[in-house]
Amino acid sequence: MFKENRLLHANMPNTRVRIVLYISAAAIYLVGVFIWGAVLPASSYAVNYADKFIPPGAQFLFGTDFMGRDMFFRCVKGLSNSLVIGLAASLISSVIGLLLGVSSAVIGGKFDKFVLMCVDCCMGLPHLVLLILISFTLGRGATGVLFAVALTHWPELTRLVRAEVLQLRNTQYVQVAYRMGKTRLNVAREHILPHVLPVYIVGLVLLFPHAIMHESAVTFLGFGLPAETPAIGVILSEAMRHIATGKWWLALFPGLMLIAAVLLFDVIGENLKKLLNPESGQE
Amino acid sequence: MTKAGGAKKILGIFGRMLLLLVLVSVLSFVLITKAPIDPLTAYVGTESTLSQEAKDEIAEKWGLNESLPVRYFTWVKNMLHGDFGMSITYKKPVIDVIHERLAYSAVLMALAWVFSGILGYALGILSGMRRGKLFDKVVKTFCLVLQSAPSFWLGLLILSVFAVQLGWFPIGMAMPPGKLAAEVTLSDRLHHLILPVFTLTIVSIGKITLYTRQKLIEIASSDYILFARARGENTRQLISRHMLRNTALPAVTTQFLSFSELFGGMALAETVFSYPGIGTATTAAALNGDVPLLLGITLISALFVFSGNLIANILYGVVDPRLREGGGYV
Repeated sequence: MFKENRLLHANMPNTRVRIVLYISAAAIYLVGVFIWGAVLPASSYAVNYADKFIPPGAQFLFGTDFMGRDMFFRCVKGLSNSLVIGLAASLISSVIGLLLGVSSAVIGGKFDKFVLMCVDCCMGLPHLVLLILISFTLGRGATGVLFAVALTHWPELTRLVRAEVLQLRNTQYVQVAYRMGKTRLNVAREHILPHVLPVYIVGLVLLFPHAIMHESAVTFLGFGLPAETPAIGVILSEAMRHIATGKWWLALFPGLMLIAAVLLFDVIGENLKKLLNPESGQE
Repeated sequence: MTKAGGAKKILGIFGRMLLLLVLVSVLSFVLITKAPIDPLTAYVGTESTLSQEAKDEIAEKWGLNESLPVRYFTWVKNMLHGDFGMSITYKKPVIDVIHERLAYSAVLMALAWVFSGILGYALGILSGMRRGKLFDKVVKTFCLVLQSAPSFWLGLLILSVFAVQLGWFPIGMAMPPGKLAAEVTLSDRLHHLILPVFTLTIVSIGKITLYTRQKLIEIASSDYILFARARGENTRQLISRHMLRNTALPAVTTQFLSFSELFGGMALAETVFSYPGIGTATTAAALNGDVPLLLGITLISALFVFSGNLIANILYGVVDPRLREGGGYV
């Protein structure tokens, strides 16, 4: 009895405490980078040809690039820019996914088939090619990459939400609500949405790393943010030109910063999933 | 299920996916032709020296002055005759460009696909068997980090370490610069191929490893494994009799379903290593507003994903002995 109690006490807060720790660590890093990047004066990563290609050291934490710009501040600014685009794009994408997923499961019939067709259509091309096409259509630039990322990340979430809603729709209390004459919209709002919300939130958090990675990939290939904007993709594509002459720090640190952001979001998402799932929430 | 049933099922899957392919081609056609460039310019390029008559002829052939559906059907009709148009970027017929570049990319993707599949599967089995041990933790963390790393960044690091710092491999391209095409030996080509293949393998390995590991853990906790243990089978017998068989099919299916990511990874890896394959051609086409080439490559990439999905579907629904013998999944 005593042992069981101790186990319960030792284990139950553990996941929660750990998740709170993860979330705060991630939040400090991400919000910190975001705000720092937003208020960072452009002079801190300004061109200074006197300090060209200085390897990382005490004066320049991440070294300097071919124009003598301080890579550390440039990375902070760049990641901040990438975060904004990633956040905006994943928000748009997740709202599309949520709406389509719920409505296709609730309305069903032809509409459901249509939505599934759209999902398959979106997944019928390699993701990167679709991103390139959309950004090509919108004339590249920041809008192009934002829309490209926002318009291509909803299919998986749509499937997830749809499956969840379909399962819910067959539960007795939802069936009862229908029999009692509630409209579809009513049932959707009162019973389905609250259940789908956790799935949605986890989906949103897990969507974000994809969005930010794809943004940087498209930018790296030259379709995204313009070359003068500090962005991780731009920085890495510039680094590519100097890597042959041994300027490894130009690529290493920006990538590490991006990975840190992506991993943190992944960890939050996976842990939230565990926490919000009633079957594993008590572990 | 009878043999005819299986054939019917394959036909059904094939038909549905063919319809999807048509829809995808419509989608990409609309996307590309809606781009803010003049359709005629897109076909002849900005520095065209063609006469007005020749331009008119091209406009006539591709129906550039017609409505969108007419243009689409003209494009499909020409394409079915093997005519994808001329690429402005490479000043060659699109079909030749694709043909030439696909050879490079196909080798790259095939090698990386096979290596990542075999290595990933083996790693997944090994770490699944040692669940919770140090080896498992290391493999799991390694895969998670790999999945969170941008593939082009990994490529840059690999390039920096193996080509620049160590000098073991050439920095890019598919053959030594300044050498005549006829003089390039197979070992030259292989030497240039190793780093891109290595990058693409590393990029693709995370997913299959984690998936196999997960599947193995699921199976290991099932009742029939418990029963097999109770019967006195040792670990080696368990693996060879039950686990390998039951994880192989889902793993192969996943590997086929990852064609889309493989293509994307290939495009990025090729850019990093300036490898003259389809990936670099895609970026070049889109950056230069080369509509015919972009359309051609998009269609090829859609076909590629399509065939992967088709094989996965068939493997899943028809080859699986549990389904073939008429029982549903348990």
